[in-house]
Amino acid sequence: MSAERTGEAAASGPALPRPMVAARDAFGQALVDLGAADPRVVVLDADLATSTKVSMFAAAYPDRFFEVGIAEQNMTSIAAGLATMGFVPFTSTFACFASKRATDQIRIGIAQPRLGVVITGAYSGLLAGKTGKTHQSVQDIAILRSMPEMTVIVPGDAVEVRAAVFAAAEYGAPIYLRLTRDPSPVVFGDDYDFRIGVAVTVREGADVTVMTTGLMLPRALEAADTLAAEGIQAHVLHVPTVKPLDVKAVVEAAERTGLVVTAEEHNVLGGLGGAVAEVLGEHRPTLMRRVGIRDTFGESAPNDQLLQKYGLTAHDVAQACRELTATRR
Amino acid sequence: MGSDVSHDEVARRLRRRTIDMLWRAQAGHPGGSLSAAEILTVLYFGAMRIDPTRPDWADRDRFVLSKGHAAPIYYATLAERGYFSPELLTTYDELDSMLQAHPFVGLPGIDTCSGSLGQGLSVGIGMALGARLKGSEARVFVLLGDGELQEGQVWEAAMAASSFGLDSLTAIVDANRLQLYGTVESIVSLEPLPDKWRAFGWNVLEVDGHDCAALAAALCAAAAPEITGRPTVIIAHTTKGKGVSFMENSVEWHSAAVTDELRERALAELVSGAAS
Repeated sequence: MSAERTGEAAASGPALPRPMVAARDAFGQALVDLGAADPRVVVLDADLATSTKVSMFAAAYPDRFFEVGIAEQNMTSIAAGLATMGFVPFTSTFACFASKRATDQIRIGIAQPRLGVVITGAYSGLLAGKTGKTHQSVQDIAILRSMPEMTVIVPGDAVEVRAAVFAAAEYGAPIYLRLTRDPSPVVFGDDYDFRIGVAVTVREGADVTVMTTGLMLPRALEAADTLAAEGIQAHVLHVPTVKPLDVKAVVEAAERTGLVVTAEEHNVLGGLGGAVAEVLGEHRPTLMRRVGIRDTFGESAPNDQLLQKYGLTAHDVAQACRELTATRR
Repeated sequence: MGSDVSHDEVARRLRRRTIDMLWRAQAGHPGGSLSAAEILTVLYFGAMRIDPTRPDWADRDRFVLSKGHAAPIYYATLAERGYFSPELLTTYDELDSMLQAHPFVGLPGIDTCSGSLGQGLSVGIGMALGARLKGSEARVFVLLGDGELQEGQVWEAAMAASSFGLDSLTAIVDANRLQLYGTVESIVSLEPLPDKWRAFGWNVLEVDGHDCAALAAALCAAAAPEITGRPTVIIAHTTKGKGVSFMENSVEWHSAAVTDELRERALAELVSGAAS
């Protein structure tokens, strides 16, 4: 449980082109490999298998794949029943539906009896394949973070997705695993040691701390490169487990620079920014900026335009860091 | 059958224990507990393949109380069957008790939480799918209220269960015709209920839900070879508050506290079996 572990090789080196891999592809392959290793693993789908890529598991293990049709509530409660029989169910649908249509089924069937079900939320954030505000998910972290007994994991790249899938199957308690649709930069090496509940330092710096979750990680690293050229050294702490929060790592990373920017592709209410503010408010009051969606729904548009309009680019992270460091001058 | 006499006596005992629990807690749901007495009796003292000394036995039959507010008589049944000491029933609804107002895992014999209506049939599907995947003979029984059938998820589950061909799954509807605010018929009608289940691909049986022999026969018929590939629903026609004259068919006794005087009256009736 330390913030000292550095997940990225050449942490402070110059920007390198990173290979791009879609989290959903990594997820689909990880499920297939997990399914080979662990016969307890079953997958439930609500008619989105080709989008979420659980179709790969369905092809490999048809007897352990349950297609329930367009019925997220039923799917979630069926998963609870399978968990009582000793299976490790992964439910699969979009994040917006998993976190809202089936909230009560998660609460009663999974969280209260503390069953080892992995609720996966695909297409999270704004980049939901030009489907707009009905299919974008800006609340799911907040909803599931407020659910007692729930662990919330938001991987930052394909390597972390794969590691989280394997770790989740062994966890034995409710997990919400937040996934994304489109290719994003691979940040971590294959030797990355992911652990549930542990935040990782991916870049050392003394001037301002950026805490990321999900795909804001590569955007924050890009921002850190830009800032370094301006003489601002950003410290980047990646927080894949938003709940339970790695309190020690968060407090230490805040103390290190005295300034904190949180970055998440989610509402600034109730997500990583909220979680960090709650902890720092009690342990180590720190001036903060929260980069995220400003309590609004999204819209359908190309990815780059969405990220720009809703303030989720590397530029937005860098600008928040500049604002904070300027308070010192 | 001689065993039916003893079933009737077990059901009366469950009712007495239920009245006592509700009187002690000054809370709970008498009506929907009392209507389910014979259903639970026949399940736990006949139909279900269970072993109270081994509540975690892998191949045991599963039971889901989807109408979780009938928890008092469910607890009484489990205690009567030997899952835990009847003395524990006195802790119903108390702080730190395992006997919560609605069923909670951890109490021997209970596999799932319930109480938010409409979810139990789906949980039962998961259990039945799990049993099939393991090659287990375990049957799964889910007890629903009739008012509960107004929840849309029940019908998602009904579609899925027949689609999955789950003949090991049996739903029992405690059709006592009342819900909290009035009659089911006057609030949102379910009729024609048997036709609805048939249209969803289920084998449908209707019985008098207070006739133990009829219930036992229906539960046996649900496992008959000729209905292979289809789940069965038993619509058990019951009387809400059954066995206590002043509670029978009374909306007021869906949820109400039992006073000292009414407890005495109720127990007197249940000793003699006057109202049954």
